[in-house]
Amino acid sequence: MGKTLTEKILSEKSGVDAQASDIVIAPVDLAFVQDTTGPLTIRQFQESGRSKLASPQQSVIFLDHAIPSPNRQLSNDHQSLRSFAKETGCLIFEGGNGICHQLVAEAFANSGDIIVGADSHTVTAGALGAFATGMGSSDIAIALALGKTWFRVPESFKITISGRFQKGVCAKDLALYLIGMLGADGATYKALEFGGEAANNMTMSQRLTIANMAVEAGAKVGLFPSDNITRKYLAAQGRGNKYKALYPDINANYEQTIAINADELEPMIAMPHTVDNVAPARTLAGTKVHQVFIGTCTNGRLEDLATATAILKNKKCNPHVRLIIAPASRQVLTAAIKAGYIQTLVTAGAILLPPGCAACLGLHQGVLGDNEVCLSTANRNFKGRMGNPEASIYLASPATAAASAITGEITDPRKVI
Amino acid sequence: MPDMILKGKALKFGDNISTDLITPGRYAHLRSNLSELAKHTMEDADPTFVDKVRPGDFIIAGKNFGLGSSREHAPLVIKMTGISAILAKSVARIFFRNSINQGLPILICDTDKIDSGDEIKVNLTKGVITNSTSGIQLTFGKLPQVMLDILSEGGLIPYINKYGDFKL
Repeated sequence: MGKTLTEKILSEKSGVDAQASDIVIAPVDLAFVQDTTGPLTIRQFQESGRSKLASPQQSVIFLDHAIPSPNRQLSNDHQSLRSFAKETGCLIFEGGNGICHQLVAEAFANSGDIIVGADSHTVTAGALGAFATGMGSSDIAIALALGKTWFRVPESFKITISGRFQKGVCAKDLALYLIGMLGADGATYKALEFGGEAANNMTMSQRLTIANMAVEAGAKVGLFPSDNITRKYLAAQGRGNKYKALYPDINANYEQTIAINADELEPMIAMPHTVDNVAPARTLAGTKVHQVFIGTCTNGRLEDLATATAILKNKKCNPHVRLIIAPASRQVLTAAIKAGYIQTLVTAGAILLPPGCAACLGLHQGVLGDNEVCLSTANRNFKGRMGNPEASIYLASPATAAASAITGEITDPRKVI
Repeated sequence: MPDMILKGKALKFGDNISTDLITPGRYAHLRSNLSELAKHTMEDADPTFVDKVRPGDFIIAGKNFGLGSSREHAPLVIKMTGISAILAKSVARIFFRNSINQGLPILICDTDKIDSGDEIKVNLTKGVITNSTSGIQLTFGKLPQVMLDILSEGGLIPYINKYGDFKL
């Protein structure tokens, strides 16, 4: 029997012939925390009576969720994370460098790796063919201590994407469409494995957006094959020597096969308060928005800012809309400055925030007021997510977000491009 | 060894109770002050939850309980309020693992057969749930052995402290 990408990676790493539903123990290539899950991870690590990390250079703390810190409690959490890094020798990325998942893609993830992070969107690195999955603080504490963890090998869904995205349609629209089709629990415990013509042609930025949202259908991982696109991305990030091709076997066994034709996709929206509550953007025309947020680990990359810039060039944001832009990393921000995107976006009326999670999770930098509506390029629209359970969050692509910032209401970007 | 029995009242919730409803992100500044954080448990799903809950009670949920964030604070604060187990139709993957790692049993069963306020008895050893109010008995899905072992030690950290490693 052939192997899925999942079975290949977990077999190679665990040293056993792993098949779906097996339970294996495998070494991890990277274990990381961020600033809102890190403190509990440290506590669990200390409770395990250990003081040494299995591999400090494969252990990372990212300060990204609450930067610059909005209050003394979180500042104190940052202090304890810095102390832990100093004591154990693990790597630490200070605030301003970017969102953990973007930095994992830029600086760490390689095809065939196993990556575990105390953040559910760790799945993002599946774009590079890494078996990357989110876990809680106890699991990450033990992964840091032992350099390994246990996995149940998930069954895989093969998602075959044919055709090409039409003008105004983004990878995000595909992700929302797929989650709408599967449901928020439709892939619970499963691996999503992407393939087909459109997947093969996707840029790494697009793949990162789609892999990032795999968890919104409940999936454990969202994997792309490692191919020429991966090779070029790794080379551009200075890791060309780490490239290895990785494909599923032709006769691999999938629990489900789902075909999507990219030609037929249109701009999509996830409506409050679950990500699978989707509808075409055109059907929501006229829905007033108070805040538009372009950024996050889903859509804060250079291509996303380029998409928004193309729409907002020589235009002004609607005076009733607050447009917030947060690049996903320092690398993205500096490239966007160089390309002139930041000049255009800020001139159009955008508020520029530092690279980080920003308004996504309701801590600061764009908390919503009662009965307000935010159109966001993030991955979650749960009630209360942006700091106020009385507010509503709609999710969309950067193109739809930029178009809606101009009109002040949900707008199909094909209307303005 | 005597059977492990849990007893308490049902506190019922619907489908898709996210970690943002269980422990909202806006309280992230309390995550190093767990007793304060626990005062906001389930706040956005039911603001009266922490006043109602009594030691031993059960959270009864629909499908996809705990979807969203990896924050282990979610099962941790639920346990701190005195909840003895979560019964749900289905559970999101990370929450499921986190709950077991915190030593909080999470049982998959047909929760349509339980109403808010029902008196519930769970025999963890025999795998039987009894709704003493309606008289209905339910069974629940079996955990993989590694999770049963972690749960029986009271969580992942005590499990590793005892065995020093994963044992399959």
